Amino acid sequence: MVNVLDLPEEELIYPGTRACAGCSMALIYRIALKALGKNTIITVPASCLTVLHGMQGFCTTKVSVLHTPFATTGASASGIVASLEDKGLNEDINVVAFAGDGGTVDIGIQSLSGAVERGTNFIFACYDNEAYMNTGVQRSGSTPPGAFSTTTPDGKIGYKKDMPKILEAHGVPYVATAISSYPLDLYEKFSRAKEIYGPKYIHILAPCPPGWGYEPKDSIKIGRLAVQTGFWPLYEVIEGKFQLSKDSRRYLDPKKRKPIEEYLSLQKRFRNISDEIIANYRDYIDNLWKDIKTRTKEEN
Amino acid sequence: MTDTKNDYQKILGSVQKPVKGEAGKTGSWSPKKPIIDIEKCIPAKSGKPSCFNCWLYCPEAVVSRTIPPKIDFDYCKGCGICMEECPVKAITMEEVSIE
Ligand SMILES: Cc1ncc(C[n+]2csc(CCOP(=O)(O)OP(=O)(O)O)c2C)c(N)n1
Ligand code: SF4
Ligand code: SF4
Ligand code: SF4
Ligand SMILES: [Mg+2]
Repeated sequence: MVNVLDLPEEELIYPGTRACAGCSMALIYRIALKALGKNTIITVPASCLTVLHGMQGFCTTKVSVLHTPFATTGASASGIVASLEDKGLNEDINVVAFAGDGGTVDIGIQSLSGAVERGTNFIFACYDNEAYMNTGVQRSGSTPPGAFSTTTPDGKIGYKKDMPKILEAHGVPYVATAISSYPLDLYEKFSRAKEIYGPKYIHILAPCPPGWGYEPKDSIKIGRLAVQTGFWPLYEVIEGKFQLSKDSRRYLDPKKRKPIEEYLSLQKRFRNISDEIIANYRDYIDNLWKDIKTRTKEEN
Repeated sequence: MTDTKNDYQKILGSVQKPVKGEAGKTGSWSPKKPIIDIEKCIPAKSGKPSCFNCWLYCPEAVVSRTIPPKIDFDYCKGCGICMEECPVKAITMEEVSIE
């Protein structure tokens, strides 16, 4: 387990970006860049992360960034990797696609699937703020049930796509979940991913103050509740082997999990959620952890 | 004849320059700023590098990992995350006038 002092002190992202106050995506990006280091090329589709990088003529990071059309993120990563291989530079440079949930689970899924199937040596990181935030909070395939968005004014009907499972089904050598509230775990996962050859996928839950409806100071607390209630388990699947991360291990015991209401009630987007949907959350979490328990036993 | 290289340069403009404060002095977004009580702050009290939660969790990279930690009010957006994550409640948010 890394310690706070193991993280490089140098910042690869400059202060004074356009991200909202308390944006956990900005924290995720900051920590991920520390793990990846300067020899990194980032490719980003339209999203809040595009905005964070600034206007034409400027860049807020010390790493190279390619802004790519929405549906092309995976393909653009394959292109960058191919050109680096051609120049013999592929061993030294990390190629990382960084996309929002809309850009990953909806619009970017085909080119991501293609890049992964081609065996592209890259990391695809999805920061999941659970809606199309940059354009004003429209629902995505990653919006959870019961959540308000401007296109689901009465709360989303349906479910949240399990993107890490979809990537696991592609047989990639590394899949992980993470969250901004556990930055050391996040740092370890990016550090591990960059050492593995082939396609890597990291799905990071990213609380968003204006989109979820809470005060900016609570970004870390809310993310922690997502883990403490069991809603967002932290894990890795390395070469097909499932491993529950340290910060989630205690929640194998259902009694240790906090009630899901503690998480939902702090966010205005769940203001009108029905008891039926809350009950569905409880079932969802129970089933999720039954599966995790089985996998933890069988694969370790 | 098309001059591809020049056409691309026209489209791309200049090389993108890495800059601090791309969105201006974002410290102006909020008058509330975190004030650290060095009587309470763990590394300040012990003189040893430890804790640094305020550095770790700041989304803006405006806290230094020094003893005591220093905060760049020119760019601090006043979100209050550092205050929430300080284990000994050494940080309070106070109105500070910045020009
Ligand atoms: C092809 C295309 N369709 C729509 C848009 C408009 N658009 C820009 S950002 C965005 C939302 C992206 O959502 P997500 O990927 O979840 O990232 P977030 O904004 O939440 O960070 C949309 C719809 C676009 N730029 N290109
Ligand atoms: S809308 Fe949400 S994700 Fe986008 S910059 Fe603001 S806080 Fe960050
Ligand atoms: S979080 Fe609090 S105790 Fe820890 S270094 Fe910062 S001010 Fe000091
Ligand atoms: S208030 Fe927010 S931006 Fe300012 S130092 Fe604290 S965490 Fe960073
Ligand atoms: Mg989003």
